[in-house]
Amino acid sequence: MTYFPEEVVEHIFDFLSSHRDRNIVSTVCKAWYRVERLSRRIVFVGNCYAVRPGRVMARFPGMKCLSVKGKPHFADFNLVPHDWGGFALPWIEAAARGCPGLEELRLKRMVVSDESLELLARSFPNFKALVLVSCEGFTTDGLAAIATHCRGLRELDLQENEVEDHGRQWLSCFPDSCTSLESLNFACLKGEVNAGALERLVARCVNLRSLKLNRAISVESLARILARTPHLVELGTGSFTVEHRAEAYQRLIHAFRKCKSLKSLSGFWDVAPRCLQSIYSICPNLTVLNLSYAPAIQGADLVKLIRHCFKLQKLWVLDCIGDKGLAVVASTCQELQELRVFPSDIYGTGTAAVTEEGLVAISSGCSKLNSLLYFCHQMTNAALITVAKNCPHFTRFRLCILDPGKPDPDTNQPLDEGFGAIVRSCKDLRRLSLSGLLTDKVFLYIGEYAARLEMLSIAFAGDSDKGMVYVLNGCKNLRKLEIRDSPFGDAALLVNVGKYETMRSLWMSSCDVTLGGCKALAAKMPRLNVEVINDRDESDEMEENPSDMHKVEKMYVYRTLAGARNDAPEFVEIL
Amino acid sequence: MDGGVGYADMDALKATELRLGLPGSHPPEKPLPTTTTARPTKRSLDDDREARRETSEGGRATSTRATKAQVVGWPPIRSYRKNSFQAMKATAEAAGLYVKVSMDGAPYLRKIDLEVYKGYRELREGLEDMFKCFEGCKGSEYAITYEDKDGDLMLVGDVPWEMFTSSCKKLRIIRGAEAIRGLGSSQ
Repeated sequence: MTYFPEEVVEHIFDFLSSHRDRNIVSTVCKAWYRVERLSRRIVFVGNCYAVRPGRVMARFPGMKCLSVKGKPHFADFNLVPHDWGGFALPWIEAAARGCPGLEELRLKRMVVSDESLELLARSFPNFKALVLVSCEGFTTDGLAAIATHCRGLRELDLQENEVEDHGRQWLSCFPDSCTSLESLNFACLKGEVNAGALERLVARCVNLRSLKLNRAISVESLARILARTPHLVELGTGSFTVEHRAEAYQRLIHAFRKCKSLKSLSGFWDVAPRCLQSIYSICPNLTVLNLSYAPAIQGADLVKLIRHCFKLQKLWVLDCIGDKGLAVVASTCQELQELRVFPSDIYGTGTAAVTEEGLVAISSGCSKLNSLLYFCHQMTNAALITVAKNCPHFTRFRLCILDPGKPDPDTNQPLDEGFGAIVRSCKDLRRLSLSGLLTDKVFLYIGEYAARLEMLSIAFAGDSDKGMVYVLNGCKNLRKLEIRDSPFGDAALLVNVGKYETMRSLWMSSCDVTLGGCKALAAKMPRLNVEVINDRDESDEMEENPSDMHKVEKMYVYRTLAGARNDAPEFVEIL
Repeated sequence: MDGGVGYADMDALKATELRLGLPGSHPPEKPLPTTTTARPTKRSLDDDREARRETSEGGRATSTRATKAQVVGWPPIRSYRKNSFQAMKATAEAAGLYVKVSMDGAPYLRKIDLEVYKGYRELREGLEDMFKCFEGCKGSEYAITYEDKDGDLMLVGDVPWEMFTSSCKKLRIIRGAEAIRGLGSSQ
C-alpha cells in the first residue's frame, strides 16, 4: 500500500465508516497515520476526559462532525452528583480555535451553558447540526443565540435535556431568511413557544422532514402545522387533548390523511383514548411508534391501535399494555426489531403489568427482534431460555426486574441459567443489563460466552469477587462496565489492572472496594484516572485522612491521555 | 457487604441516643431512609437484600417495600422520564371534575369530584352518604337532578355516564312532593 499515492490511500480510507476501523489503520505506519488524520471528517470522543480538546483539534484539522460524551451512564439515575463535571465549553472553545469549519456537534450527558451555545453560534459559519442528548445547564436564551446566528442550520435536536425556560421568543429568532431546517426537535422544552412563529417557520422550511413538538403545542396548532408540512417523515405531537367532536379534531384527521410520508410518531402527552382514532390512517405506514409518555392509554386502546401497525420496527410503550397487549404486538408486528417497555407505576405498588409471559409472546412472534429494554415485575429462567431460543439475534438485551434481587418466582432459583442461555445463544450481544437474583455463576457464563459484549450493567448481583473476575478475564471486547450494590472488592478490582486500559471506563458504587484498593490501582496504572466520588454531605463529616480500609462509595475509573482533570469539584478525589 | 458499624456499636449508640420518651421505652424500628449520605444507608440496603433472600421462600416481607421505594437510582429510569411522569400524575390528580351539590333545605352546599365515581349507582350512594345528616324524619323521597351546559334542569340517569359527566355543571337534590311527582316509573 505504501507505493500508492496518498490520494489513493485516502480514497480507500473513505470506505472505512467506523471509527474503530479508522483508528486501527492510523496505527499501521506513520504515512497512514498522516493520511488518515488529515482526511477524517467525523470524530467520536466517548469520554470527554480521555483526551484534551486541543489535542483532538490538532490531530484532525479537517474535522466536520464532532461527538462528545460526558458523564458516566449511571448519571441518568442520579448516581453521579450534580456538579461532577462534563463541561462542553472547553470543547467548543478548542473547536472555535482549531476547527472553524465544524458543521455538526453532538453532545451527550454534558453540561452546556448559554455561554457555550453563544460561542458555538458565532464561531462556525458553516454550522449545520446541533444534537444535545441528556444535557443540562442551558436556557432558551442559548437556543435563541443558535436560532439567530446559525445561518443554514439544518438540524436542531434536543432530546431529554433539562432546559430552563426564559421565555418563548427563542423560536422567533429564526430569521425569515431561514429556510434550511430539516429537523427540529424541542419536545423536552417545558415552556410555550410562539405558535404563529412556529407555523411560519415550518411553512418556509420546505425540506423539513422531522418535527417534534413540546407539550405546550395544542392540537389546533398541530393541525395547522401538519397542513403546511405534508412531507413530514417523523412527528412528535404536542399535547393531544381535544374534544373528539371538535372542529380541530376533524381538521387533524384530515391533515393526517395528507401526510403520506409519516413513518415515525411520538409525543402523545395527555392523549385521551378516543383521540387515538385520528392516527389510524397513518398506522399502516409506521415503522417507529413511541407511546411511552402516554399513561392515559390503557391496554385495550393500545391494542386497537397496534393492530393497525403491521410495519412497525421500533415500539416504545408503557407496561399498561399488559402481557395480553404484548401478545397482540407479537402477532401483528412481524418486522419488530426494537421493543422498550417502560414502567408506568414506578414504585411497583400496583398490579403486575407485564411479566415473563409478555416477553415470551414477543419472542415467539417477532423473530427479528434485536434490541430490548424490558421493565417487569418478574422473570423466570424458563422464559429466558425460551426467549434465547426464539431470538438469537439480540445485540442489546436489557432486563429490569423492578424488585432488586428477585428470584425466579416458580422455582425460587437465581436467574443465572436464564441469562446464561441468553449469552450463549446471542452471539452478537453487545450490550447487557442484568437484574433479579444472580450469583457468581451468571458471570461465569458471561465471561465464557459473551465474546462480543461491549457494555455490561450490574446491580444487586453476585456473591463474591469471583463474579467480577470472570467478567474481567473473559469478555475480550468489554468497553464499559458499570456495577452498583454488588459484593465486589479490592481483590477483583486489582486482578487484571491492564484490562482497564482496553476499556473506556469502569464504574463501581456501593460495592466493597476500599480507598486502599483504589490507591493501589492508581499507583499501578498511571494512564488511568481513578476518581473517588464522595457524596457532598459525607465529605463534611469525613475525617481529614480517611483510612485505606474505608470503603469507597463511588468510584469511576477511565483511561486517559490527559492526566488528572483540572475541573474536578472538591468532592471528587483523583488518585 | 458489611458496613463499618458493628452490632455492638449500634447498642452503644442507642444507649447515648437523645430522644423524647420514657426511659426504657423504645420507638418501633423504622427502615432507614436510603439516601446517598450516611454509611447506615448501605446497611439497610444489605439488610434489605438479606431479608429478601431469607424470605424468598416464604413470600415477600412487606417491611421491605418502604426501603425499596427509596433506593436511589432504582428502578433505572432517566430522571427526565421520572419527572415527566410526576408532572403528568400531578395534572391528572389536580384536574378532577368538581361540581356543586345543593340539596333543598340544607343550609349549605357541597362539592364532589365526578371523576371519583364510576357510574350512577356510586354517585347516588356517595350523595346519600354526604347528605345523611339532613334526611330528617321526612323519609328519603328525593330526585337527583343536574344543570347541563345549556342551563336546563335535567334528571340524572337518562344519558350514558360519560355524557353526563361531560355535560353536568352542578347537581341539585330535589326533595318532597315535587320530586315524587316527576319520578313516575322511570326509576
